[in-house]
Amino acid sequence: MSATTAAGRRRPVNWPRVALHAGALAVLVVLLYPLAWLVATSFKPADEVLASLALLPSRLATENYGTAAEGIEGVTLLQLFGNSLTISLGAVLGNVLSCSLAAYAFARLRFTMRGPLFAFMIATIMLPHHAVLIPQYIVFNQLGMVNTFWPMVLPKFLATDAFFVFLIVQFMRGLPRELDEAAKIDGCGPFGTFVRVVLPLTRPALITTAIFTFIWTWNDFFTQLIYLFEPDKYTLTLALRTFVDTSSQSAYGPMFAMSVFALLPIVLFFLAFQRLLVEGMANSGLKG
Amino acid sequence: MANAPASTARATATTGAGEARKAAAGDAAARPGEPRRDRRSKRERQGAAWVFLSPWVLGASVLTLLPMAVSLYLSFTDYNLFDPPSWIGLRNYVQMFTEDPRLLRSVGNTLLYVLFAVPLQLALALTVAVALKSMRRGRNFYRSAFYAPSLLGASMSIALVWRAIFNDGGTVDNLLAGVGLDMGGWVNKPGWALLSVALLTVWQFGAPMVIFLAGLQQIPQDLYEAAAVDGAGRWRQFASITLPMLSPVLFFNLVLQTIQAFQVFTPAYAVSGGRGGPADSTLFYTLYLYDRGFTASHMGYASAMAWVLLVAIGIVTAVLFRTSRSWVFYANEEVR
Repeated sequence: MSATTAAGRRRPVNWPRVALHAGALAVLVVLLYPLAWLVATSFKPADEVLASLALLPSRLATENYGTAAEGIEGVTLLQLFGNSLTISLGAVLGNVLSCSLAAYAFARLRFTMRGPLFAFMIATIMLPHHAVLIPQYIVFNQLGMVNTFWPMVLPKFLATDAFFVFLIVQFMRGLPRELDEAAKIDGCGPFGTFVRVVLPLTRPALITTAIFTFIWTWNDFFTQLIYLFEPDKYTLTLALRTFVDTSSQSAYGPMFAMSVFALLPIVLFFLAFQRLLVEGMANSGLKG
Repeated sequence: MANAPASTARATATTGAGEARKAAAGDAAARPGEPRRDRRSKRERQGAAWVFLSPWVLGASVLTLLPMAVSLYLSFTDYNLFDPPSWIGLRNYVQMFTEDPRLLRSVGNTLLYVLFAVPLQLALALTVAVALKSMRRGRNFYRSAFYAPSLLGASMSIALVWRAIFNDGGTVDNLLAGVGLDMGGWVNKPGWALLSVALLTVWQFGAPMVIFLAGLQQIPQDLYEAAAVDGAGRWRQFASITLPMLSPVLFFNLVLQTIQAFQVFTPAYAVSGGRGGPADSTLFYTLYLYDRGFTASHMGYASAMAWVLLVAIGIVTAVLFRTSRSWVFYANEEVR
């Protein structure tokens, strides 16, 4: 150990440790390269995308962002952003409300069939979405909700994202039961206990639920592709989709400017809540 | 991304049932001498539970169970969304496996992708987790930074970046040309296009890595100390302590990532230009399902495809659970 070396002499270099850090840095560079490439390309003038291999553009082509702001097919970037935001916030509200209600019943209340119903809830986490896709589409079609935001938002108010029910159940099980007992002695019924005692303590799990729901809904492509087809209902994801089959690389600048815009909320959420998100992911595999 | 905490799930499902049984026994014991008012409040509590559960019950029945039954029915029909469905028996299923080469192609592509992407992603995740665990400074920084791609990777933005980087004249093309491998972009080459989608999955190794790391941190340190006293080297310690102690977490990640990999859609859509090209080499099963159901309006056929996917995922999960008995080691089962 370096502590045993005599004072004045230089500490010996810990080569394994240096190699470890060098390796970690190398992985970091490879992982972050696509993001750096994205931001750099969004600032490249049209003639440089192909011609220049340098990551950095010769000048900042901010006009790409101007083109991106005009949006596509007469729908401005602001409206696309607004549509994505409406759907995502609706989904967040739905999931936080419905999943915490169901989780409280599973974690704290007694009712017949609790065991089987809980097992069923867990099983639906693993159910592929495709198994229910077409009948759901038929139902929303009958209700006249195709090409509206409802098919993306309504299911969230019915706790269909069982993963979050499970996440909140796990968290609530960790809360001391004495608090419930105390609330009961103070005259709280199940509703009072839920609203005044349990819910405030569950806040970390609710925030984790909210952020994951936001990010997953914001990134979602499949559901939006199926349900939304008129440009004024387009989200950022659907607008970016229209670039998929253009092979012309002259569209790269505006397209990646729009991509930067689409990733911005996720990056900001990540920077603000990284601890919570990483812990939420870590705990999903262990507790219980 | 749908997450499926499988091993945990099983454990909690059984504890849940156990608690319920215990509670029921307690109820029965308390009943005789109990005042009437208390019994009524117990019934009220039952009622309250159902009020809390009602959104979930409605969602589970109307948006999960019923649609599953309906899609099973539709899979035996010819249905185009406008005319009423007409019963054709098993014809959709027969057609899938005997008359539809594109479907068989999509099954092959998806299996190839799952078999390549999942083991590679998990191996990388485990390696990085072990490396990070031995790191004293900077561990939390790297853990967060490596996790970030898992949040971004499902987006259309990153899928488009991927397509550009692996396209003709993209970074990968240039790098390979620089070392004398002038092969052009990957996205236009059958085989290589699938590999580029798989690499996007590997890029998102952060989520399983975070779970591995949390698992590693729960392994008691004295096991390693005892092994070191007995003269076990690093590799021996890894094989005899780390791997067995981590096997439940490894199993959890394996089930989770496999189920997710079967359902990959966005990157395949973007890399293949929305059509599964070149030459159907990135025609993933979900992409073909979308094409049959929502482009060609063969809803009956697409329902049959959905059920085959459901059954296939069920079988794969069951096989994983079956094999897990021989390699997943639950420490507390042996000791306590």
